[in-house]
Amino acid sequence: MAITVRIPTPLRTLTEGKDEVEASGTSVRQVIDDLEKNYPGLKDRLCDDKGGVRRFVNIYQNEEDIRFLDNLETTVKDGDAISIVPAIAGGH
Amino acid sequence: MARPARMNSIVEAVGNTPLIRLRNVARETPGVKVYLKLEYMNPGGSVKDRPALQMMLDAIQDGRLTKDKILIDATSGNTGVAYSIFGAALGYRVALVMPGNVSQARKDITQAYGTELIFSDPMEQSDGAIRHCRELVADNPDKYFYSDQYRNPSNPRAHYLGTGQEILDQVGDEITHFVTGLGTSGTMMGVTRRLHEHSRKIECIAAQPAEALHGLEGLKHMASSIVPEIYDEGLPDEHMTVATEEGWDMADRLAIEEGLHLGHSAGANVAAALKIAERIQQGCVVTIACDRGDRYFAPMRWEKHYDW
Repeated sequence: MAITVRIPTPLRTLTEGKDEVEASGTSVRQVIDDLEKNYPGLKDRLCDDKGGVRRFVNIYQNEEDIRFLDNLETTVKDGDAISIVPAIAGGH
Repeated sequence: MARPARMNSIVEAVGNTPLIRLRNVARETPGVKVYLKLEYMNPGGSVKDRPALQMMLDAIQDGRLTKDKILIDATSGNTGVAYSIFGAALGYRVALVMPGNVSQARKDITQAYGTELIFSDPMEQSDGAIRHCRELVADNPDKYFYSDQYRNPSNPRAHYLGTGQEILDQVGDEITHFVTGLGTSGTMMGVTRRLHEHSRKIECIAAQPAEALHGLEGLKHMASSIVPEIYDEGLPDEHMTVATEEGWDMADRLAIEEGLHLGHSAGANVAAALKIAERIQQGCVVTIACDRGDRYFAPMRWEKHYDW
């Protein structure tokens, strides 16, 4: 089993249109680094120059926002679902 | 220009918003007057009161909206608040389709007016809400009046008749540039059409988020979005982009330096206006404060739990 990552519509151009991809790692940071290998460019959309999550990007481990867990160091295990969700709904 | 002190209905409080000069954030370009039109002064707290009311009044007038129909539209926020207020005041039922991940506060505001909420997939964002709304209308054509802010010509018309004319009345012949971000594009289209009728050329500039995944709520990255039918890409004199961080940082500065606590789209608009000011060095730039920042306070932790 691997970790499932749910990709929001605006980033699917980087994942060949896929709304879910698989990745591996033991922390959210490792999952993002693994994603970057298979889908170059994805990390820049999620993280700022200092390596933190950009302010307007929310990442969830299962149903919890990682900001309320250990952020990028949040531990993940096989079978977890990571969701990338823009902080906004976009468009009024 | 002044609003009447006594009104017969909340709908009369829409429009005639103040225009304020930004003296502090624009101090690096003393040769350029930068003005911000305070659309949060509308009764629903945003620029969306104008198109929402215009779309309703035009539809009532020609019979598309009747008391036995439900006004429906896809909206994550401000347009929905406006429909809800005017629906309550004018006696029409309202249903809104929005992504399930909008904050609880957003849901509560509109429900307070008796509006029905229908949720679409959070991962699909506002385009998912549009698609879901279209399906509902296609399945129940007699039940709903689909206001469709992305397609309804009454949306830009509100800004042609109101916002654009008011800007000319307020700054007179001083204005050299107008800039605003694109969402439905109603503000940009309507104001630009009015300003282009002015005897002297006024440069009208459209701003967009720099990236597909962005945090400028209310604005659209057109290349990766369902393009609104009311949007005419050729109408603006120029296009520019604003990064999410630029908009957010400017929203912070406006609160601290000007006493204006505004939403991120207003921050992006002012960031764009200052870029133009820096380039032209002489002139007068007008932009729009779409809404206030308190509409975007982060939800509390107990609201941060989602069932997908």
